[in-house]
Amino acid sequence: MNVLSERNEMNQSSSISAPDENPMVRFSGVTKRYGNLTVLDNLDLDVSANEMVSIIGPSGSGKTTVLRMLMTLETIDQGIIYVDGNPLTHMERNGEMVFANERYLRTQRNNIGMVFQQFNLFPHMTALENCIEAPINVLGLKRDEAEQRAIDLLRMVGMLGKKDEHPTRLSGGQQQRVAIARALAMRPKVMLLDEVTSALDPEVIGEVLNVIRALNSEHNLTMLMVTHQMGFAREISDRVCFFYKGKIAEQGTPDQIFNDPQNDRTKQFLSAVLDAN
Amino acid sequence: MEWRWDFAIEILPQMLGAMLNTLLAAGIGYGIALIVGLLLLLGQRTKYALLNMAVREVVEFVRSTPLIVQLFFVYFVAPQFGVVLSAWTSAMLTIGIHYGTYLSEVYRGGLEAVPRGQWEACRALNFSPARTYFRVVIPQALPASLPGMGNYLVGIFKDTPMLSTIGVVELMHTANALGAETYRYLEPYTMVGFMFLLISLPTAAGLRKFERYVGRALGVTK
Repeated sequence: MNVLSERNEMNQSSSISAPDENPMVRFSGVTKRYGNLTVLDNLDLDVSANEMVSIIGPSGSGKTTVLRMLMTLETIDQGIIYVDGNPLTHMERNGEMVFANERYLRTQRNNIGMVFQQFNLFPHMTALENCIEAPINVLGLKRDEAEQRAIDLLRMVGMLGKKDEHPTRLSGGQQQRVAIARALAMRPKVMLLDEVTSALDPEVIGEVLNVIRALNSEHNLTMLMVTHQMGFAREISDRVCFFYKGKIAEQGTPDQIFNDPQNDRTKQFLSAVLDAN
Repeated sequence: MEWRWDFAIEILPQMLGAMLNTLLAAGIGYGIALIVGLLLLLGQRTKYALLNMAVREVVEFVRSTPLIVQLFFVYFVAPQFGVVLSAWTSAMLTIGIHYGTYLSEVYRGGLEAVPRGQWEACRALNFSPARTYFRVVIPQALPASLPGMGNYLVGIFKDTPMLSTIGVVELMHTANALGAETYRYLEPYTMVGFMFLLISLPTAAGLRKFERYVGRALGVTK
């Protein structure tokens, strides 16, 4: 399979740890187009279990699309995505791999959780109700059990005191913390964080980053994070991927990417971002 | 010509009886329109692009022609093609379909008022389509649709005099008949106007209260 060999080459060149035989997430030759525009071009990316991968890059480079495809909010045009060894975008029918239908996606989607830039909490439900709706109705948990799980998570994100408030009465940072709890309540194997601090006022960004920090150090979670917070990406990531025009232009440890970038695009991007800060 | 109270009181029972028919016509017509509107909305959101387009065209066609012309077509022209319906049936069918197209647009506006992020959150949490609609989308779309829905309830009510033209014995029809019989038009028509006002005004106020109540009950507004 040439996809595999390409991936191995990529791994060798990036001088990251040896290739993972059982990655939690595997993008294999994934291409996404909108009309004539190729948003992602033949993407190969493996993410190991418990790995924290940050995705950085200029806008329009396909960063968010990577997460949206993994959350099955977007279809893909070519290639295949695997999660925990199982195909996500495809299913087997009569011995052939075909694009997954909605029923198959519903069997796979619980493995993945996502936190959005705009929070997307349900405005007509309280913080607690937001966190128990899916565990009860999708996972089939009993109400008591779901509430206990939600309460534990709301405590972890520091929002237990506001569990009976509706989202409109919460600040952006508080809403985002509830949204993190809501996603965690499904116990996903992979958490996707899509510019989770971009819609926040500067003074509340810290409280959300602290939650993610705690999540990363105390829980076994595979995380993919699209972010503009370079300092945070550098501090928390196991690996940083720099996207440019639908491809991974460069990837490596935070130290490699931020202290010794090899690619000119990476250098340009980083100096522009650091200048702006 | 002077206002005659004795005549007004004399025709009052007949007028009130006719009023009941008016309310009945508006109520049944609205009920049909609510359902037709939903069907026309769903008909535009199927997997089949051709069907969606066809339903869309039907909606545009019905919305763009006058109610009274449609009424005359169903009652006077359709029989020439062998479709004979009573005045009431024609009236309810026409009002139901005509206002159904308006209501489908109101529903559509309500659905489009629900941010895309809400649908995406439902998908990310792996909700079934039914749960997505009933637990998340409709509770947010309904409060946005209620003002428009209320408008058309009052609108149908005020359009019922048109039904007198095909012989539905509602308020206007009765006033016409009384006038032709007694040559007194002042009292019957004044009473028609007042009766409409007496129903419309409290209905509009009641609807506004209902909107707030629903908003609160669904937890969307405080």
